[in-house]
Amino acid sequence: MTDRQPLVVMTGVTKTYAGITALDDVDFVVRAGEAVCLAGENGSGKSTLIKLLAGVEKPDRGVISLDGVPHAAMTPTAAAASGIAVIFQDFSLFPNLSVAENIAFGAELAEGARFVRGRHVRELAARTLERVGVPLDLSATVGMLPVAQKQLVAICRALASEARLIVMDEPTTALTEREVRALLAIIQRLKADGVAVIFVSHKLAEVLEVSERVVVLRNGRKVAEGPAAEFDARSLTRHMTGRDLAEVGAAPLDPSAPVLLTVERLSKAGAFADIGFTLRAGEVLGISGLLGSGRTALAKALFGLVVPETGRVTLDGREVPLGDPLRAAGAGIGYVPEDRLTEGLFLTQSILRNVGVGRIEAHGRGPFLDMAGLVEDARDWLARLRVRAPDPEAPVRSLSGGNQQRVVLARWLARAPRILILNGPSVGVDVGSKAEIHAIIADLAAHGLGVIVISDDLPELLATCHRILVMVEGRIVEDIPRMDATEEGLARRLAS
Amino acid sequence: MSSLLGRNETLVAGVILAFCMVGALADPGFLSIPTLMDLLRAGIVLGILAVGVLVVLVSGGIDVSTTSLAIVALYVTTLFVQNVTPEMGWPLAFLLAAVVGALLGAINGLLIAGLGLPTLIVTLGTLSVFRGFLLTFVGSRLISNLPGGLRDFSRAMMIRGTNADGSFYSLPWAFAFLVGVVVLTWFLLYRTMLGRQVFAIGGSMESARRIGIPVRRVQFLVFVYVGALGGLAGIIHASLARVANPQDLLLNQQLPVLAAVVLGGARLEGGTGTLTGTLLGVSLIVLVSNSLIALGIPNTFQSIVIGFLILLGTGLPAWQARRAQRRAA
Repeated sequence: MTDRQPLVVMTGVTKTYAGITALDDVDFVVRAGEAVCLAGENGSGKSTLIKLLAGVEKPDRGVISLDGVPHAAMTPTAAAASGIAVIFQDFSLFPNLSVAENIAFGAELAEGARFVRGRHVRELAARTLERVGVPLDLSATVGMLPVAQKQLVAICRALASEARLIVMDEPTTALTEREVRALLAIIQRLKADGVAVIFVSHKLAEVLEVSERVVVLRNGRKVAEGPAAEFDARSLTRHMTGRDLAEVGAAPLDPSAPVLLTVERLSKAGAFADIGFTLRAGEVLGISGLLGSGRTALAKALFGLVVPETGRVTLDGREVPLGDPLRAAGAGIGYVPEDRLTEGLFLTQSILRNVGVGRIEAHGRGPFLDMAGLVEDARDWLARLRVRAPDPEAPVRSLSGGNQQRVVLARWLARAPRILILNGPSVGVDVGSKAEIHAIIADLAAHGLGVIVISDDLPELLATCHRILVMVEGRIVEDIPRMDATEEGLARRLAS
Repeated sequence: MSSLLGRNETLVAGVILAFCMVGALADPGFLSIPTLMDLLRAGIVLGILAVGVLVVLVSGGIDVSTTSLAIVALYVTTLFVQNVTPEMGWPLAFLLAAVVGALLGAINGLLIAGLGLPTLIVTLGTLSVFRGFLLTFVGSRLISNLPGGLRDFSRAMMIRGTNADGSFYSLPWAFAFLVGVVVLTWFLLYRTMLGRQVFAIGGSMESARRIGIPVRRVQFLVFVYVGALGGLAGIIHASLARVANPQDLLLNQQLPVLAAVVLGGARLEGGTGTLTGTLLGVSLIVLVSNSLIALGIPNTFQSIVIGFLILLGTGLPAWQARRAQRRAA
């Protein structure tokens, strides 16, 4: 496909922020109808590169050419006019407006329309949806749509503004396996249509499948480039991190390890039914299922956040009261939620406080709080989990995804739980941190903790678990030992 | 269909019906044309102000300075017409009041869009500044002898009639201004790109910026428009009351105006709100404050009723949303 017209050519682009080089002499080419995967860890310079493309930032040195015309300084309008559209992770939609209006808003704005052209808007939206091949209710309010459909609306909006290059920032993070498949199919259609796509993604396998070319950035430099066929997950990881991250895999489980947790006949109408399993000390148990399979409801039920109608949960032979998070925590169960931003962390509070809050009652001195002891304890855990925090007093919000996840872990570990439930432990975390979180999980299990990992990231389950339960429509349909599990087999079971 | 039942409009309409039934039971003369005319007349000024506040709420802001702005506009205009152009007809005087209001609104707009200050803080500030400036530097004397043009306007009746018991009823032409403002605002909000941009900004300011909407310009225009509506409401109020009072009790109507808009379903977070809802909200507030008097219920009781209505009108949909969410979990 190299004979196609280059759409965007960046040569020798350099950008520094306050003396720190974010991009260093990078060359980058995208051709029409081509999908390029831009890989790199946090801070590698991928977001800077996108900002330069979108005209939000200006390069210190180097030239950006669009359709062969060099632009010394790209502006957002020049970028938009030449068909470059960036779809941010939050999609930048208007939740209060209809699907049709969201799709057509940018195009109408660019045409300088003064009045609302209702029929024109609906026709444009319908035409664009047809191009993508997915039917959506044009008059539905976007805020009510599920994430995958919001993403579709964002893609359609870019297409409606006659985008020729769509940059997608982490497009698969919030999607389930099946939705990712649908998205990739749409990308194939767009490519056939001559639209170029740049993927910025942490999830490597799926990106390789749909990309022609891979460009890897590390510390602001281009460290690798080539046809996607020449990369695999392992070599990509090596280029991104600069080291070989061997996935440790779960250490073999001691066959004499005692049973810690027993779940019997746990049911909740509309969520899950007749759930039963055991978890032994030192065991890492994976629970996988598509969105809506009941995996998250089950995890919440074990921690008392969802009240099951029937069933029994026993820990160390003692029954754990259902539907009461405080008593579940007291019994020794810890839960790290999927959405740590809204469910797990006090974002604006300091890192130390976030770790310490789980242990407030242990540091009571009469009615008062032993702040010094609490802080000491928290610092200790930050060090043990190797949280890279320049300043423990800084708000948690300032940390990267991987380090935020470690703060949540540290808070629970400080309470010395017997069982830890991790829901999507590495959602939105980069490759390097992911491997480290997996190592932490292995280490916890080696110390006798029972760990339950809930995830639809199959390689993650394979890398961490001794045993994987597959949930379909609220029931456990299979209990697969690690040695018998393969990614393809699991994916097939999930979709069944 | 649950969405229709859960909507504020439906809820408010139901409460209005209930009120009317209670009114009819307590006073057989309640359901009559004179009562309707009284309510419509009382809703004119409140309605115009509420439509303005609706536009601000949709854009994601809040405006608590509109009644203060309206009083300044009505007094400055009356003073000017009385002293400089006593022969001026009401149309020009109305235009003048709208321009004064727009200028004051532009001050809000500059502080909010230009300096990026929060709308509540700015309008709380100007609420006090507008009024203080008027009383300190313009005048505090009540003008009870309105210029001829304004007097003429207040006498122009759309509907006039005599009841069976011989009592008179009438609806002033000022009501047509409320209708005009509603139609104009509907057109601006739903039929122009500017109006859609107001909704877009209220939905997500960051998204609006990214897509290339001139957010500051739109915000500025919103406050100018609301100012103009405030000035118009002010001069109509003075004309109907046949007095230009710099210490007018219209000032106390700020919270009822906001209450009407919120009852009508406009969300304080922005992006949501309808004219139908706002008009229903105004009707309910007017009904409560007027008919409770007619039914012999003390004035102080009204604020309790209005307060409960606000808690009910905003609390019930929020509670329903939470219940729906819990069911989904």
